[in-house]
Amino acid sequence: MAKIGVFVCHCGENIASMVDTSKLVHAIGEHPGVTVASEYKYFCSDPGQETVKKAIRENGLTGVVVAACSPRMHEQTFRKACAEAGLNPYMLELANIREQCSWVHTDKDEATGKAIEITRSLVEKVKRNNDLKPISVPVTRRAMVIGGGVAGIQAALDIAAAGREVVLVEREPSIGGHMAQLSETFPTLDCSQCILTPRMVEAVQHPNITVMTYSEVEEVDGYIGNFTVKVRRKARYVRMETCTGCGDCIQKCPVKKIPSNFECGLGNRKAIYTPFAQAVPNVPVIDREHCLYFKTGKCKICEKSCQIDSIDFDQQDRIETIEVGAIVVATGFQVQDTAMYGEYGYGRYKDVVTGLHFERLASASGPTSGKILRPSDGKEPETVVFIQCAGSRDASKGMKYCSKICCMYTAKHAMLYAHKVHHGKSQIFYMDIRAAGKGYDEFTRRAIEEDEAGYIRGRVSKVFEENGKLIVRGADTLLGRPVEVVADMVVLATAMVPQSDAKDFAKRIGIGYDEYGFYNEAHLKLRPVETATAGIYLCGACQSPKDIPDSVAQASAAAAKVLGLFSKEQLEREPVIASVTDATCAGCWGCVIACPYNAIDRKDITDRNGNVVKRVASVNPGLCQGCGTCVTFCRSNSIDLAGFTEKQIFAEVMAL
Amino acid sequence: MSESFEPKIVAFVCTYCTYAGADLAGTSRMKYASNVRIVRLPCTGRISPMFILKALQKGADGVLVSGCHPGDCHFAQGNYHARRRWTVFRALLAFTGIPEERIKFSWISAAEGAKFTELINGITGQIRALGPFEQYQELQTVIETQSTY
Repeated sequence: MAKIGVFVCHCGENIASMVDTSKLVHAIGEHPGVTVASEYKYFCSDPGQETVKKAIRENGLTGVVVAACSPRMHEQTFRKACAEAGLNPYMLELANIREQCSWVHTDKDEATGKAIEITRSLVEKVKRNNDLKPISVPVTRRAMVIGGGVAGIQAALDIAAAGREVVLVEREPSIGGHMAQLSETFPTLDCSQCILTPRMVEAVQHPNITVMTYSEVEEVDGYIGNFTVKVRRKARYVRMETCTGCGDCIQKCPVKKIPSNFECGLGNRKAIYTPFAQAVPNVPVIDREHCLYFKTGKCKICEKSCQIDSIDFDQQDRIETIEVGAIVVATGFQVQDTAMYGEYGYGRYKDVVTGLHFERLASASGPTSGKILRPSDGKEPETVVFIQCAGSRDASKGMKYCSKICCMYTAKHAMLYAHKVHHGKSQIFYMDIRAAGKGYDEFTRRAIEEDEAGYIRGRVSKVFEENGKLIVRGADTLLGRPVEVVADMVVLATAMVPQSDAKDFAKRIGIGYDEYGFYNEAHLKLRPVETATAGIYLCGACQSPKDIPDSVAQASAAAAKVLGLFSKEQLEREPVIASVTDATCAGCWGCVIACPYNAIDRKDITDRNGNVVKRVASVNPGLCQGCGTCVTFCRSNSIDLAGFTEKQIFAEVMAL
Repeated sequence: MSESFEPKIVAFVCTYCTYAGADLAGTSRMKYASNVRIVRLPCTGRISPMFILKALQKGADGVLVSGCHPGDCHFAQGNYHARRRWTVFRALLAFTGIPEERIKFSWISAAEGAKFTELINGITGQIRALGPFEQYQELQTVIETQSTY
């Protein structure tokens, strides 16, 4: 005989102001099977939970319904309370009378009626709940970090420092990411390479870290604690094991004028190349598309010049399968294609460049060795105009968000320009100066006060060329008049956007993304580094635009989450899984087709002599994720889903 | 059909997208009609046509099925199965004589609280206009009268 306890929470005023809780308690108290029904201001509080526990013990309750907030909020809280009182934690249901009732309705009678029905239907469900036990699964205590930028490197180093193995996968020939391209960093103006390259070396030399460069994640299978990842190791045509990175091959390569991606097209590279001098690992790759040998079948100069025979034209891409327990996604961002701003002339005028171009021009290791020179004629620009929000906060272009770092990097650019070109004049068009961060506002003040950056509040409507000069036409909205600046160079503070393949990649590994393609965290405020997929974590600019300090902080946070997961050898999982009744299963394998996780196998039923009498479906509890698609598919009603059985749901519907 | 007819609608939703979307409507304090009762399931793939028929039999005037957008299913493919099942089920509905308009299928993500509000208000209006669903009750009466002789 069921003995159900119903506990109606007021949630302060949140529920009680719209639902007549006394009426609800009275109505539900008369429902068959309900032994206890009571109300309280906050059942989630300590004394509230004590009330529930006491009621379970004193009345020997067989099931509990808490009519309160969403199960997404407090299901775990009350499950724990039930367990502490000796009741199986899965004998609990939460009736959501807050998010889906009191908060969304305006008529107290209607809301009360609805609350009664919701609670009643869950009383009927809980009567049919079964004792369930969490499933224990082993955890592979090795992590994979996807993306070798500063966020990925930080996450890998933190996990490795705690003694766990890490596989760091990077698709470019070198780790380092965008940070390696930067000149100096705000707000300290320390050189980006100087702070990053030691960490890159540390990562590649760490005994717990396996760095896989020029490699891409193809496929992720499995679940938290037990992922199987397929990684494509792209053919480098250079033997990693023997190459010393002497660079002879690069010097001799006859194919010279290939625009370098790392230099944003401002410099050239060869067909065999390392993206930059400080690349880690310092092993070149052959670019098949441009290599003379691959194009014409003749050349092989690199092979001849290599004294240790490390060139291997026969290398093939190979797929490596790696078992890991957790995945950190740190795939970063790309710079927005500013060509969509036709009015700014990007792509048409050589001297209209993006922020990242300017970084390369200002970088000591860049194509101009750190001299600020115009890309068109190599002359020092006398006046530089910076246009902020060139691609951010512009709903008309589908870019509603603030890219967060542009205000700061523009101030930095103006400072670097002032330090390098003493007589130069900088003019910055801005919408707002967003300098929230430690030392950030001081930094922008310094750009204005010490380095005489001229800030003009307003948008630019057009950039055009006249007599070899760039004319920037815009508005000064503080003075309320149009302005025109004659410039030698225009720098667009281009937005950070998701990688072009971000959405495809998200689908491949099974995580969510927002309307732009930035990856979704499980909860914006409370679970910022987890994804909705258990065991996959996020850090860096793949989640949203971020500066270096934020990316690094988030990377360490993700590493902490991974280490928390790795602190136990076994992992407990929700026992919401399917199971088969062997007696009725006809072996039609409809469920096998339906299952998205390949969790259903064929099992032989044998007689006493070992002869197979029947083959039936069998659910692998380790793989089953509990979606229940197989249950609906089953023609003979032989599969059911724990926690959401046919009986439970029909009872729930019947009571509505 | 009286002027003050208020339909009862049963919604079968998945916990990852639509249920979360409904929660979001709540936390955002959006307001919508109180006619819908939600049954939470792990995935739309778990929703059997039998649930829908049962709800109608029990006196629901309309049924809503809602889950994650195609491609966004937490369980990878559950919502595709639900969609296919719905396509087949539609033909069966026609055969049984239940008007298709009584049942609505939609995709609501966890971020679409406003869309959820619109959907609930929309479907409530539509079902209200259709009037009460009485075929089952009539059938019940027929069965009862037949069994008397």
